[in-house]
Amino acid sequence: MTPEVLAAVLARIPYVAHLGVRAELHGDEMTAVLPYSEHLIGNPMLPALHGGVIGGFMELTAVIQLSLQSGDGAPKPIDVTVEYLRSGRPRDTFARAEVKKVGRRIANVQVEAWQEARAKPIAALRGHFLLAART
Amino acid sequence: MSHTEPLPQSWIEQLRALAPAMMAASPYARALGAELGEVERGVALLRLPYQEAFIGDPSTGVIAGGVVTALLDQTCGYAVWSALDQFAPIATLDLRIDYMRPARPREPLQARAECYKLGRAIAFVRGLAFETDPGDPVAAAQGVFVLRGKKAGAELRGRTSPPAKTTVKADGELEGAATNSSLPEDPQ
Repeated sequence: MTPEVLAAVLARIPYVAHLGVRAELHGDEMTAVLPYSEHLIGNPMLPALHGGVIGGFMELTAVIQLSLQSGDGAPKPIDVTVEYLRSGRPRDTFARAEVKKVGRRIANVQVEAWQEARAKPIAALRGHFLLAART
Repeated sequence: MSHTEPLPQSWIEQLRALAPAMMAASPYARALGAELGEVERGVALLRLPYQEAFIGDPSTGVIAGGVVTALLDQTCGYAVWSALDQFAPIATLDLRIDYMRPARPREPLQARAECYKLGRAIAFVRGLAFETDPGDPVAAAQGVFVLRGKKAGAELRGRTSPPAKTTVKADGELEGAATNSSLPEDPQ
């Protein structure tokens, strides 16, 4: 999938626009970017990004990565576990997904999200996804 | 209930009254647009109107999993707050979501969460998201929250008995709910 095709696919998904997510494709490596926007703040006192935003962003990252690798239709989440490591600051957030296993129907994916340093992740996600049936 | 003597406002009543302002103060809670429905000691229910902006699958109109995650996260948070005696900052430590089926397009979603164990620093919560029937859930959540306030120490079970005696009549339902939501046989 070329960066142009990927951008066109993402442009059709309202939730991608709701969060403001974009995907940067360099060769076979994809980095999802969640640019900071005021509407993503959950706790205005700290301030910190909403946990549901970070979870949703990482889930989207997993889905995009799987779509890049398997191609046919959108994978659906079966279960995800989100671990919150640091509070999300009001700044851009990045995420990368690693597909640990792709079976015939199910894939196992791990995602890490970070802000200022990749070595200091703000959250991690592990999950299983149901792949679209191949025709 | 028959007494007309005004009793001091319970924390649950305060929380119910505060919720709209708390939601309004949080930009993403506002963007999500969920509203607090019922709340009782240790239990909260939120309602989420359908928005086209939530769609994750344009071919069906099904909302993205992340929206369900956000709703359950927030509902679990309110369940923790409702189990406390007063406001304390909380943070999600860990949240697991099982997706049982796609949410029905163009229908509002609800989530109900229960804080079944409140410790000094940690609260354990579980919840379900569904359109109308909790017996036919869209997703289930299991969460762990960290209590960050200094006075977050009180135990749910300890607090629900003697000191609350005077409010039992007015708060009968809430007291009962609190007992139910801290079943000793619950798994950790």
